[in-house]
Amino acid sequence: MKMPLSALLGLIFTGAFFLAAIFADVLAPYPLDAAVGKVWEAPSATYWLGTDTIGRDILSRLIYGGQITIFVATASSLLAFSLGSILGFTAATQGGLVDQVLSRLVDLMMAIPSLIIALVVLVVLPRSLITLILLMGLLDATRVFRLSRAVAMDIAVMDYVEAARLRGERQSWIIFREILPNALSPLVAELGLRFIFAVLFISTLSFLGLGIQPPLADWGGMVQENKDGLIYGKSAALMPALAIAVLAISVNLVADWVLSRTTSLKGGRGG
Amino acid sequence: MDKPLLDIRNLKIEATAYPPGEPPRHVVLVEDVSVSVQKGRVLGLIGESGAGKSTIGLAAMGYGRGGVRLTGGEILLNGRDIRGADVGVLRSLRGREVTYVAQSAAAAFNPAKRLMEQVIETTLLHGVMGRAEAEARAVELFRKLGLPNPETFGARFPHQVSGGQLQRAMTAMALCPKPELVVFDEPTTALDVTTQIDVLAAIKEAIHDTGVAALYITHDLAVVAQVADDILVLRGGKRVEYGTTDQIINSPQEAYTRALVSVRSINHVEKPLAPSILSVAGVTARYKGTTFDVLKNVTVDLAPGQTLAVVGESGSGKSTLARVITGLLPATQGRITFNGRVLSPDLASRSKDDLRELQMIYQMADTAMNPRQTVGTIIGRPLEFYFGLKGEARRQRVQDLLDQIEMGKGYIDRYPAELSGGQKQRVCIARALAAKPRLIICDEVTSALDPLVADGILKLLLNLQAQEGVAYLFITHDLATVRAIADRIAVMFRGAVVRYGSKTEVLTPPFDDYTDLLLSSVPEMRLGWLEGVLQTRKMESAGN
Amino acid sequence: MPPVLVLVTQRIALGLLLLLAVSVVIFAGTEALPGDVAQAILGQSATPEALANLRESLGLNQSPVTRYFQWIGGVLTGDLGVALTNGQDIGQAIAQRMGNTIFLAACAAAISVPLAILLGLVAARYAGRWPDKVISGITLSTISLPEFVAGYFVIYLLTQVFPIFQPVAMIFPGMTFWAKLHAVALPVIVLVLVVLAHMMRMTRAAILNVMQSAYIETAELKGLGPMAVIWRHALPNAIAPIVSVVVINLAYLVVGVVVVEVVFSYNALGKYLVDHVAKRDLPVVQAVGMIFAAVYIGLNILADVVSIVANPRLRHPK
Repeated sequence: MKMPLSALLGLIFTGAFFLAAIFADVLAPYPLDAAVGKVWEAPSATYWLGTDTIGRDILSRLIYGGQITIFVATASSLLAFSLGSILGFTAATQGGLVDQVLSRLVDLMMAIPSLIIALVVLVVLPRSLITLILLMGLLDATRVFRLSRAVAMDIAVMDYVEAARLRGERQSWIIFREILPNALSPLVAELGLRFIFAVLFISTLSFLGLGIQPPLADWGGMVQENKDGLIYGKSAALMPALAIAVLAISVNLVADWVLSRTTSLKGGRGG
Repeated sequence: MDKPLLDIRNLKIEATAYPPGEPPRHVVLVEDVSVSVQKGRVLGLIGESGAGKSTIGLAAMGYGRGGVRLTGGEILLNGRDIRGADVGVLRSLRGREVTYVAQSAAAAFNPAKRLMEQVIETTLLHGVMGRAEAEARAVELFRKLGLPNPETFGARFPHQVSGGQLQRAMTAMALCPKPELVVFDEPTTALDVTTQIDVLAAIKEAIHDTGVAALYITHDLAVVAQVADDILVLRGGKRVEYGTTDQIINSPQEAYTRALVSVRSINHVEKPLAPSILSVAGVTARYKGTTFDVLKNVTVDLAPGQTLAVVGESGSGKSTLARVITGLLPATQGRITFNGRVLSPDLASRSKDDLRELQMIYQMADTAMNPRQTVGTIIGRPLEFYFGLKGEARRQRVQDLLDQIEMGKGYIDRYPAELSGGQKQRVCIARALAAKPRLIICDEVTSALDPLVADGILKLLLNLQAQEGVAYLFITHDLATVRAIADRIAVMFRGAVVRYGSKTEVLTPPFDDYTDLLLSSVPEMRLGWLEGVLQTRKMESAGN
Repeated sequence: MPPVLVLVTQRIALGLLLLLAVSVVIFAGTEALPGDVAQAILGQSATPEALANLRESLGLNQSPVTRYFQWIGGVLTGDLGVALTNGQDIGQAIAQRMGNTIFLAACAAAISVPLAILLGLVAARYAGRWPDKVISGITLSTISLPEFVAGYFVIYLLTQVFPIFQPVAMIFPGMTFWAKLHAVALPVIVLVLVVLAHMMRMTRAAILNVMQSAYIETAELKGLGPMAVIWRHALPNAIAPIVSVVVINLAYLVVGVVVVEVVFSYNALGKYLVDHVAKRDLPVVQAVGMIFAAVYIGLNILADVVSIVANPRLRHPK
């Protein structure tokens, strides 16, 4: 499988992040919230990335934080993806009232920026992991709905779908054997984009103090904790920021590559 | 002898293809083609798709579409070689010495600007005339080309006029700067047959009036025979034969040319009337949410093993009839009887046997097959679905069907994208056959294919009908196809059947007005046909 | 009535309906709890009297429908209520801060819009060649950054590495225009970075889409030079999608402003909103959330209207 250099790099970095998240307990040199060194120490042999605002090891917090961030982002994007695509496909194939109702509902949800809804809802909701995952999942499901509905509708008007219907095939057969295989590429790419969005969103919420709460670490929260150090030239806040940036760019590169291969897969959607 | 206006010598045109997922490939589009055009003469460029005719036409303007490069030979325009010429030189001759009429005028006009402005644009740009003079010439050309309200036509926007009118407007745009050569790139291909004849006549007269030379590109030999003085036959980017129109049409030398000339000359002897297998009685239908009927009281019958051709232009309702018969669009009135049983109007309530015995083949084979399924799966699914065939038995039967459609071994594991246009359509036919149907609806199945390939498909369909005794409901807009394949004919116009009967009955005068118009608009492959039709029509309207 | 006017009126009417529906969503979003609003606001350790008081002041004893109408009635008459945390009149607080937010957004828009269009034009003109790849590469990275990440990178770069600016943006009433500009320079730079990428990409796509149309080829075959082709044929058709793109991205700016204000401790509407979410101040969040939503929706409606008006088929019907 030929892959441009950028996509390969993206894949490597993404893989590295995920592996670090899964094996966090093994990889992290120090515990999550133990103050092991002095405040804002520079990177050294003992603390590879230095220490943070109350003396915790940044590298360890980065690894554990990555675990949480990636876990929440993965969970919510999987939720968004499954909910959005199932509803999107249903709306496209059923048409009529079902389609109208779902589409109007989604239009309404998408009329308000996600951040604003999240802020409003987080005034009263408990700030637990479950709430955050559910909230982000639901908000993102709207975008996946739009895309999968559009993709499904494009495919549903093809003659081969009509031929299957004329044959007498059941609706479920048509969705899973005729429509879905042709919809995979754009959907998989979309999953990648949703993941990035989830990472950025949860980081932003944590940065604003409304996302993942201490003692759990999270990259966005780490930036928030260490931001004052920047005034004194302490670069502690930049490490988690860099981590977010690298992860986002890497996944973006992979998603771009998947999307560009859409038409090259044997007889992909159109050409 | 005069020096030719356009002299092409040993032209070579290449391009780079970028098949996705593979390294870029080098393609030769045109190889060693030489031809010349004298002042005031019309050269027809004829060939199937991929023959290189449009590529050569554009090369006459020094242009290559996409990544196409003019790499070898000479293109002498008025003695000057324009192949590889400087861009400034090319720009000075484009729109002034050589102009272009595109295949789809609807897309070729800028939707945001009025027609007059676009028609006189090059005339003003190259300083051929002043604005007032240019506008006057434009109006004159509109009048000559038969456009309605020539004085005010230019004030309209492209979307406000019809396709046929736009094609004429584009011709006016090409003739306005008084060019020496006009390249007509399939100008009537996208039009209905009855519109085509008017536009064709208009173009021929305009060419004659202005004395301009022309390259007329088309795949329809009958059309080119009406307009061209000389014809160049192309195939796969190479020259096959060249001669005057008379020579090519009446005494073609090469085998390929002879095949093109004799296309659609299959003569099918019609079968006698017999008890019907399909009976459409008084069917009326309309789309949900609209206020008018798309089918009005349609009554036709089809006997087993015979072919009913349903002819009409776009908007006639012929495809809608197919949708009603298959149950995709329930009829509001009337009844359809198939195989002795009344068919439920709605697809969902039909029995599996009903569905199995009524099959459909589509116009565009590309979109009729799931690109992710192999040929074996596509043909095999009906076998599994209707007859429960699996494994080796199914594979064997698929191969039998492939043999029947004359495709042989080695195709079962291929994907549709790897097949040619004709092969794709054959696979669709095999898929329909797999269900052992009693009736197959063929919805314009040859319309998207090159004439020779289409001929092959028609012959195959006739053979299969003889072997399997299957009936066809053959929907088409092409009368030559109808002559070749039909036993009975129904002519449709605006949702109603205007003429119906056996082939001989329908095609023998006296005709109703529409059938008369339709039949007389189909170009015949002989010189002077166009003049003859126009003459007849002039006489008819003078007599009224 | 000409079809254009009909469509525009329809779109605006639809937009107003949407606004109403959104107000319901915002209100309902805060009722979304399983459990008691007062409890959630005051936390576990609240005394029963405190809870009862809060319920009283929020009117939680009435039905949600009544409360909604009271609230929306207030909003429509200009009474946005009173903050829970300090009793301040919300309307006044908003009025004080609104100007600052608008100033920030306007500066960012003034820089990013022309820059995005220019870069989009260049990238489209040289599509596939190095200027395009360079521009696309840089924007890919900025697109992947959330506003606060970009913010802190910029702060680090421009206050530590190259000490040009201050890390905090403070505006006082009575500041001169230029002083204000200097104060908001950093947040404006961050906002521009974030929005520029999206806008440039969409502009490039819109222009390429137009350039690949058949009528562009017709223009070339008529012997027009590249500038004439772009100016006379491409631009008239590209203006509508570009304006649409710009307006859509301005809507995107609305959201970016919130985070940037927090990063730079810029005392305006966004910071006001976030601070009060943390303090669980329900009335404030409802009011300010509604305002941001309204601006966002308004801008999207504007983008739609521009598309409608620019379509020649609608302006000149058959």
